[in-house]
Amino acid sequence: MSAPLPEFSELMQHLWEHIYLTGIAVAVASLLGIPLGVWIHRHPRFQNWIMGAVNVAQTIPSLALLAFLLPFCGIGWKPAVIALVIYSILPILRGTLTGLREVSADVSEAGRGIGMSDSQLLWWVELPLALPSLVNGVRVACVWSVGTATICAFIGAGGLGDFINRGLALNNTGLLLMGAIPAALLAISLDWGIGRLQKFLQPWK
Amino acid sequence: MIRIHDVSKSFDGGKTLVVRGVNLDIPSGEWLVLLGSSGSGKSTLLKMINRLVVGFGGRIEVDGNDIGGIDHVALRRSIGYVSQGIGLFPHWTVEQNVAAVPRLLGASSLRQRERSHELLKLMELDPSLYAGRFPSQLSGGQRQRVGVARALAGEPGYLLMDEPFGALDGVTRDALQQRMLELKRSLGKTVLFVTHDLFEAMTIADRIAVMHEGALAQVGTPSELLHAPATPFVKDLFRKPLGQLQRLGAKI
Repeated sequence: MSAPLPEFSELMQHLWEHIYLTGIAVAVASLLGIPLGVWIHRHPRFQNWIMGAVNVAQTIPSLALLAFLLPFCGIGWKPAVIALVIYSILPILRGTLTGLREVSADVSEAGRGIGMSDSQLLWWVELPLALPSLVNGVRVACVWSVGTATICAFIGAGGLGDFINRGLALNNTGLLLMGAIPAALLAISLDWGIGRLQKFLQPWK
Repeated sequence: MIRIHDVSKSFDGGKTLVVRGVNLDIPSGEWLVLLGSSGSGKSTLLKMINRLVVGFGGRIEVDGNDIGGIDHVALRRSIGYVSQGIGLFPHWTVEQNVAAVPRLLGASSLRQRERSHELLKLMELDPSLYAGRFPSQLSGGQRQRVGVARALAGEPGYLLMDEPFGALDGVTRDALQQRMLELKRSLGKTVLFVTHDLFEAMTIADRIAVMHEGALAQVGTPSELLHAPATPFVKDLFRKPLGQLQRLGAKI
């Protein structure tokens, strides 16, 4: 090893930055994606339009998107969060929509037929039944964001990608792994943890 | 009293009529069966009464009020509804399903529970066994019983039943029909029951309204329809099953 590895406290700091970045992005994407999913479920006319737009946003390579955001937002965590939100909306929107679509027509007709208002049908029946699929969307968004957030270190957003960048620049494998391994572990544990949560969300199955 | 006055419905802007010019009065306390083959418009007509199907010509009155002028949510809470696929809420227990309408009407949780258990007993399901189960843990016949219990829980004056026993085997269906008949007097409801099964119609009905291609072919008591069919269609409708029975009798 050419240079000494950073202190443990620096690892923790970058890990926190990484979680912070991902957490804010997924939270904002949920706040946008879930209501949007509910809305286009009720207004199917706009479905192709909106899903198309979100899909196109998804195909932009992450590095290109970050470069594109630079002139508008500068460097730092802001453009990083914006990019991560753009990527996270698709799985959350799709999960919400899939979940709502899977609610059987019999069940929603029965709900209406016994006198539930639109909002009661949504909160009491449709959303609880769509929740497992919706949470699955959030899970996918989390895993993607953890991965993409490592790239955001290029524009000075911090996070575990910082170690990877420095490791690459200094040709220091130890430093590189100090970013890569915690990032991978973070992604795996989020995937596992939210997967566990999903089982609790449908006690009737 | 439900009055259906010159009601028509089209789903394609008037090209084809699913229901055409139906006039029908259902006096309070009567059990009226809408009998017809699939596509005859009987379910559509039923769903107009609780405004699950809207945008039709003509006029429907419930207790003298035009349903177009009543808030549809309030209207539906005052009319019990059992749909074709039952549509129990899979994420709610049997108790919660049955208590749905009392809950919508703002009953206390204690009252919801009481009412739910009362109705489960009425439908011959032991609350101590079934109240805590989810619909996926019930048999088809038990689900139907829960569906009927749910429809009765808000103490509605009217009950709309859309082929409620259609998916059941003969034995289970017979048991449920008998239970409904036992309850007929004590319930004191006005019931509109849709079926394509002639025997079910004959068993349950005070009067039968035969629907054919969207129009009413004949309305009358089961024996009137059997002995004095007004159209060749009605005559055929009754003759075929009777012929089948006779052939079976001869074989045995």
